[in-house]
Amino acid sequence: MELIVALGIGVLVASGVWLILRPRTYQVIIGLSLLSYAVNLLIFGMGRLRVNAAPVLEAGAAVDASQYTDPLPQALVLTAIVISFATTALFLVVLLASRGLTGTDHVDGREPGT
Amino acid sequence: MSGWLHHLIIVPVLLPLTVGAGMLLLEEPRRRLKASLSLFSTLVLISVAIALLQLAQGNGAEIGVYLLGDWPAPFGIVLVLDRLSALMLLLSSVLALASLLFSLARWHRAGPHFHPLFQFLLVGINGAFLTGDLFNLFVFFEVMLAASYGLVLHGSGTARVKAGLHYIAVNLAASLLFLIGVALIYGVTGTLNMADLANRLPAVATEDRALLQAGAAILGIAFLVKAGMWPLCFWLPTTYAAASAPAAAMFSIMSKVGIYVILRLWLLLFGADAGSVAGFGGSWLFYGGLLTVGFGTIGALASQDMSRLAGYNVLVSSGTLLAVLGVTDMAITAGALFYLLSSTLAISAFFLLIELAERGRRAGADILAVTLEAFGETEEEPLHEEEEAGIAIPATMAILGLSFVFCALLLAGLPPLSGFIGKFILLAAVLDSSGTATVSLDAWLLLAAVILSGLAAVIAMTRAGIRTFWAPLGRSVPRVRLIEITPIGLLLLLCVLLTVQAGPVMYYLQGTAEALHAPQRYIEGVLSAPRAGQTAQGGGA
Repeated sequence: MELIVALGIGVLVASGVWLILRPRTYQVIIGLSLLSYAVNLLIFGMGRLRVNAAPVLEAGAAVDASQYTDPLPQALVLTAIVISFATTALFLVVLLASRGLTGTDHVDGREPGT
Repeated sequence: MSGWLHHLIIVPVLLPLTVGAGMLLLEEPRRRLKASLSLFSTLVLISVAIALLQLAQGNGAEIGVYLLGDWPAPFGIVLVLDRLSALMLLLSSVLALASLLFSLARWHRAGPHFHPLFQFLLVGINGAFLTGDLFNLFVFFEVMLAASYGLVLHGSGTARVKAGLHYIAVNLAASLLFLIGVALIYGVTGTLNMADLANRLPAVATEDRALLQAGAAILGIAFLVKAGMWPLCFWLPTTYAAASAPAAAMFSIMSKVGIYVILRLWLLLFGADAGSVAGFGGSWLFYGGLLTVGFGTIGALASQDMSRLAGYNVLVSSGTLLAVLGVTDMAITAGALFYLLSSTLAISAFFLLIELAERGRRAGADILAVTLEAFGETEEEPLHEEEEAGIAIPATMAILGLSFVFCALLLAGLPPLSGFIGKFILLAAVLDSSGTATVSLDAWLLLAAVILSGLAAVIAMTRAGIRTFWAPLGRSVPRVRLIEITPIGLLLLLCVLLTVQAGPVMYYLQGTAEALHAPQRYIEGVLSAPRAGQTAQGGGA
């Protein structure tokens, strides 16, 4: 499982980095989204990967910490998802404004060579 | 620190948040009400910041810790008030007042939601100064950045949207790096509380150390993008030049947020007590800072436009600070803080001044007129023009020219103003720090960088000044309203005060630097902070 997660993160980061270096704004925004997915998976991985373990303690029962997964990265991922969703939406608006004002979807606001 | 005074710590975050959120409910035409609310919030922030400064100073050893939700320190999120954060809070609220006053003349009408965005920017900046938790720092960074994305586009126009597109893309990528750094550090140490982190660092196992250092380095890159270290700074001059004047004046403290976080985290985590990881990355800061100074200096000499000149001055200021922080010496840190105060005030004043000086001869003015037409109500206009004619200031060019000379002196670091004192303290401390009779090569490099960047600032500012004030080609005298020149005067007056009162200020800053270089007190203060429930029982309240 570790290998699959690591490969998944690696592929996402590689595609994301390639895309944000592309000249079209739409590619940049997709690249940033892929990168943020990769980062979220990485945060999960940093809480150690566990299967079939609950993050929330049961009330009343005696607590054995080794039976639970780390709940903190899950909270962090949740926050990160919300924030990156909001900023991506905002970026999309700017992207559309730029398209409207400059008439091109190149990141520099003009086609190369013109 | 007890009772209601304790709750003052959270006011710099809560107040702008509430006011900003409340303003979203108001309709767009009710600008007067929004402006008064915004002004009220900023004025209260200044008084709260002064009160917090006194608390931080008065307690000396003790630091103020605010446990959110009353969870004990390493588990819950904390806000921490010490001398450094109190100082930065005061600086940001003073700059906020100046920018806000300036914007009231015309800029706040140039687009929707200026006041709420401005308040949210303050939430982010103040929160970043106060927080004692890495992930919380990320959240406040994002709040600050999201508001700044809106502010950089304020006033619209092709130039702003183009610059904003790059600015947002760069900062989104930097935020992702921030998250990667935080995740790696959490993976190694299992904590996000800065004080707890500093405690656990020396005990990190040798095989995990590389991962930890990688995490810290990636985290550092995220802050250095914000602070504008070369080669992460190419977005900065364009963005700051494109932003509207009040927004640019506030952005000059956003670069300092990056510097603040580096100063705070680096001395806390990799200070002298950190064992095997002590001083990690110091030479990167030092040489990176020097290169930034070099890049900023060349850029300042090359820039034709005053706004770009100001942007490159931001880089010179950031670079100088990064380089001297890399030296890690208590006296130098105190000098650096003085330089930070003086240069931030001066650059903000300069950004505001540029808009006035270039008014009437700049293409941007036409864009502004168009957007004002699009967003402003027509019935307000005649009244507004009367108003403008009523309190325009006399001898406009003389006053603008004088303010420009002040800014030039401050940025170049010439006597008699605080820019000179700041650089003098820095250089004296650098020469002292070698300890021996011979001065090290690094010290010479730093000395040369600071002095040459000052010289270049004189040349660039003189050229810009001659072009703007002495050789006007068919320009009309700009009409400047009292409310626009007052904030510039306020900022410059503060610099003069900083010059006259340099002794007491330095005394405070030395205390700050000592506390930063001996973080044990900070760590203990945070980790042993009493919960409100416990104090209530103990005090019988």
